[in-house]
Amino acid sequence: MIKIKNLHANIEGKEILKGLNLEVNAGEIHAIMGPNGAGKSTLASILAGREEYEVTEGSVEFDGKDLLELSTEDRAREGLFLAFQYPVEIPGVSNVNFLRTALNEIREYKGEEPISAKDFMAKVREKSAIVELDSKLASRSVNEGFSGGEKKRNEIFQMAMLEPKLAILDETDSGLDIDALRIVASGVNKLKSPENATIVITHYQRLLDYIVPDFVHVLYDGRIVKTGTKELALELEEKGYDWIKNEVDAN
Amino acid sequence: MQEVISTNKLAAFRANLASTTLAFPNDKVSAAFDFLNTSDFPTTRHENWKYTRLARIANLRFDQTDESKIDSSLRICADSLQFVFHNGNLIQQPENLPSGLTVKSIQDCSTEELAIVSTELNTFEAMNLAYTSNGLFIQVADKTNLEQVIEIIHYTTGNEFVALRNVIQTGALSKSEIILNYLSLEDSNSLVNVVTDVEVGAGTHLTLHKIQAEKGTNFHVSKENIKQDKDSNFSLHTTTLNGNFVRNDVNVAVNGQNCETNLYGAYILNDTQHVDNHTVIDHKVAHCLSNELYKGVIDDKATAVFNGKVFVRKDAQKINAFQSNANVLMSDDATVYSKPELEIYADDVKCSHGSTTGQLDEEAVFYLRARGISEKSARNLVVSAFVNDALEKTENEEVLAYIYLLVKERFGWEF
Repeated sequence: MIKIKNLHANIEGKEILKGLNLEVNAGEIHAIMGPNGAGKSTLASILAGREEYEVTEGSVEFDGKDLLELSTEDRAREGLFLAFQYPVEIPGVSNVNFLRTALNEIREYKGEEPISAKDFMAKVREKSAIVELDSKLASRSVNEGFSGGEKKRNEIFQMAMLEPKLAILDETDSGLDIDALRIVASGVNKLKSPENATIVITHYQRLLDYIVPDFVHVLYDGRIVKTGTKELALELEEKGYDWIKNEVDAN
Repeated sequence: MQEVISTNKLAAFRANLASTTLAFPNDKVSAAFDFLNTSDFPTTRHENWKYTRLARIANLRFDQTDESKIDSSLRICADSLQFVFHNGNLIQQPENLPSGLTVKSIQDCSTEELAIVSTELNTFEAMNLAYTSNGLFIQVADKTNLEQVIEIIHYTTGNEFVALRNVIQTGALSKSEIILNYLSLEDSNSLVNVVTDVEVGAGTHLTLHKIQAEKGTNFHVSKENIKQDKDSNFSLHTTTLNGNFVRNDVNVAVNGQNCETNLYGAYILNDTQHVDNHTVIDHKVAHCLSNELYKGVIDDKATAVFNGKVFVRKDAQKINAFQSNANVLMSDDATVYSKPELEIYADDVKCSHGSTTGQLDEEAVFYLRARGISEKSARNLVVSAFVNDALEKTENEEVLAYIYLLVKERFGWEF
């Protein structure tokens, strides 16, 4: 699905990623954990195509294509989805209208016909139920006046609508209470299939009680320094990140 | 002496214009000529013209021809009462008018009927009075609820100077809605100068829609003088979508208590367009509400000016007045001068004003692109939503649909 090889990236001349390697296959859930400043959100931003970051070395292959050559919108059209850590409020742009535009632009890219109004509304109803998002929120302006939990549920609702091959959840658990966390996680689990994959970026192990990863990676100082299974997350929770830092710094 | 005359641009500009033959009160016309004879075009040293240079207009010479014949099939509201002008000539009007409504060319008005025309002595208003060729006199009788919208279309062709004067009087407890739609059929240098004098009767509801969509080579200067009687509700929606140079002056005198005044404006500019909106709402008495929202999108090397004044006079207590101007600059060369002003002399009022000017929210654009929307569509979505905030204050769906269509044709934005 996605192969990241020796990825180096800078922002404003400062090197953030220093040779990151990661491979995710269809049907898998990967968790990326790590202390603040390790480069977790930078990785998500680069994969989504934020232009502030400069890739200086390495490659990212997404479904056989060179991801770094694609525009942000073409990455989304190829099936990459980023659930934003801080979803943006867009006054006056209705959630539903923008999703219809997105869906149809993706379909056009794939050479498919636009979705009919009837099918679209049926899809909105079906998918908003997955994250228990009030249909009123679906028709309001994008994220405007949404609570923190509603914004994150809206991210997962959009993911459900767009049915990406690879979803990257950037700190989706941050700021969520336990109920919202459970709803968001259950949404992600319902959307899981053998054809798609998920990368969960998180600081805390808590989310991984609900979204059970196949692999857990520790990102530290711009590289993945340790990979394990879900038990690694528990170990990190118990011992903290200093344990990893010490181990890495010792080498 | 010779030098003084040759440097007076206004005199040169007026040299070939034909004076009005309408039945305006003589003293008003003479006052206008006296003013024009002793003044020149205002410069940027004049407070009301600080950010708007008139050189584009002052150096041009215009015609005043009489020929006019065009076929207009445009109709915004299916069931409207439509009046079509071409270069100031009334070429089409309804055969019948509903009871309670009088509409006629001001060429057919008596001096008594034209007694209410405003005579503020500034260059364009004085020129309007001195050179008016036509316009409509509209009278809505007391207790008339006009179900049909009055739709006035003005087309220009050629390098015409057209001065139009409209007089609108709405009787007590009446309700009416009027569209002023300005279009041009050629990329020529016409100048349309319109003054509309409005008396809003007691307990009356009046909505005016002013749509300016002349070509990018045309000039438009217009002024609305509004006087509101007690318990009345007046709304003006000004939409400026094209034109080389557009200056709008709105002056609302709220003379009676319990009035509501709504001024909404939207302007979308590109190329080297210059659009200037000056508004005044004068709360002279207590217990009134005014809302003002102007939003603009400025691209390329275009310039927008907004100057909104709200006065609350000494005894005008319990006034709620809200004013806001917001602009998005789409290019590094676009310019906005925004000056909201509140002058409050009463002590028990609730007033606010604000002005914002910024770039398009790039985070919002990125967010939409990250969902698969092209950069162009994403920008259009964000910017059209921004301006739609002011456009959608229009309650008439047919008018809104027409404006959306014009915006789509010209800018490719979908709503």
